[in-house]
Amino acid sequence: MNAVPAQHASRPAFRKLSTQEFLEARFALTLIVPAVLAITLVAFYPLAHAFWLSLWKINLRFANTPWVFLGFGNYLDTLTDDPRWLNALRVTGTIAVSSLTAEFILGMVFALVMNRAFRGRGLVRVAVLIPWALTTVVSARMWQVIYHATYGVFNRLLFDLGIIEAYKPWIISPIFTIWAMVWADVWKTTPFVALLLTAGMQMIPGELYEAAAIDGATGWDRFWRITFPLLRPTLLVAMLFRMIDVFRMLDLPIVLTGGGPGQATETLSLYTYRVIFTDLKFGAGSALAVMTFLVILCIAFVFIKVLGAPVAGSEAEDR
Amino acid sequence: MGSSRRVRPVQALLMHLLIAVIIIWCLAPFYWTVITSLKQANAIYYSPTTYLPNPVDLASWIKVVNLPRFQGALLNSTIIASSVTVVSLTLGSLCAYAIARLRFPGKNIVLALVLAVSMFPGIAIISPLYLQFRDWELINNKLALILPGVTFTLPVCIWTLTAFFRDLPRELEEAAYVDGASRIQTFTQVIGPLAAPGVFTTAILLFIASWNEFLFARTFMSKVEELTAPVAVAQFEGADIAAVTPWGEISAAAIATTIPLVILVLVFQRRIVAGLTAGAVKG
Repeated sequence: MNAVPAQHASRPAFRKLSTQEFLEARFALTLIVPAVLAITLVAFYPLAHAFWLSLWKINLRFANTPWVFLGFGNYLDTLTDDPRWLNALRVTGTIAVSSLTAEFILGMVFALVMNRAFRGRGLVRVAVLIPWALTTVVSARMWQVIYHATYGVFNRLLFDLGIIEAYKPWIISPIFTIWAMVWADVWKTTPFVALLLTAGMQMIPGELYEAAAIDGATGWDRFWRITFPLLRPTLLVAMLFRMIDVFRMLDLPIVLTGGGPGQATETLSLYTYRVIFTDLKFGAGSALAVMTFLVILCIAFVFIKVLGAPVAGSEAEDR
Repeated sequence: MGSSRRVRPVQALLMHLLIAVIIIWCLAPFYWTVITSLKQANAIYYSPTTYLPNPVDLASWIKVVNLPRFQGALLNSTIIASSVTVVSLTLGSLCAYAIARLRFPGKNIVLALVLAVSMFPGIAIISPLYLQFRDWELINNKLALILPGVTFTLPVCIWTLTAFFRDLPRELEEAAYVDGASRIQTFTQVIGPLAAPGVFTTAILLFIASWNEFLFARTFMSKVEELTAPVAVAQFEGADIAAVTPWGEISAAAIATTIPLVILVLVFQRRIVAGLTAGAVKG
């Protein structure tokens, strides 16, 4: 932003150019207005509206129940006395940590393979794109069939391989369910991570590896001294988006487990959704929604400002 | 990187093994769903389950494909995803062109807005949108999905297109100006045709994203005939009222809604990968 006036002042034919610059800026603003309007009216205005709703006690269960102004009462209630919210935070945090760890390790392995030249690359690309393109609820349905306690193939396979001695109720047991869900999530999202990491690897100049080979570096050295550090920006961006996705996660638990058993897999977004549309508490639910938004904002802040994730728009661009 | 070095046979074998594992891992759940959809109704309930459908039975498929509410859901999804794609591309390409090529004050504010929306949890605005759409009588109206669909696909649209526009040679536009073309003419007649491959790639990404949208679709559509495909699959309990869950029909429904996406992936795999990474990884 600062670059524009600076260049402006240093130009000799100031008056003529400034008219041209004015015309260019006016044309640019005309082009961006529709998109900015769409974003403002359907995202930012409703967010402000959600904040307004969160200050009230609103129950739509019975018609004509009057709204009661609570100020920050809904927020205080959640923060001081809401075990279900704490549970949802814990569930979401558990998924975030385990899911991200698994998909970044696997994604890195995938990427290292996909980054090599070999016959049948196209086949791998198609295979990897299919979990990515699938609708999450459709994949949830698929995993329901796979995980079934008596006629699921997951049980049969593990049993045949001798890994388990008896069939397990993967998605109705309080112990296994969250891990079964993490596994399904890792399956669906690893391809996305792998594709981003592959793209990142392809931007690393080949000379670096050649130089390292001349210096006698092992494959392990090359990975930790060249690939990994140069991949850091890509890793951060991918992690940021995956992290945010976990905090938005609702479709997988709603279909695969219904958040159960009990509330064992009730994520932050699913809990919020239920307060709004099952309990019909629009005020309290909006407060939860605003808090979910704030959590995501904090995550984004840490990734972009503290860790320096190079997300488009996070830094000044002069072009 | 690897191709230039000498590859030892053990390494090569390991690589091929890894490639096979990756392909199997990615396709196995999909494969299993296809198998389940092709089994005889009672064969699905064998325990232990059988690895192959024997005999192959198309009954589940015939039931699902002939179900009017399922056909309707596929049609609804097609209409909504296409509308979102067209509108989002129109708004997004104008905005992306301005970001990629023109100088104007406040560009970083626009970029920050777009970034913020890309991180927006849909859940944060679902309550006010619901009340608003109820007041405007848009519940069970496709507009209730098209409006937020456009907004939430715009970030991907703008990023991907900005990356594509930046890669176009600047000289062509300058030549057009010299020839006396106006800015709008330059955009529609010079940039437009050149950017067509990029626009097309972006269109595929947007179509997949809006086809898969679930939160708004589940909330703003309550009538059976207005459901989108993902919601119909999520709520699908079979063609008839049955005592046992009809996993065969559910599997067939899941695969049927995925077929359009699989076709897109098969045909446009290169473009999808290029588009997916263009916006996220900066060169």
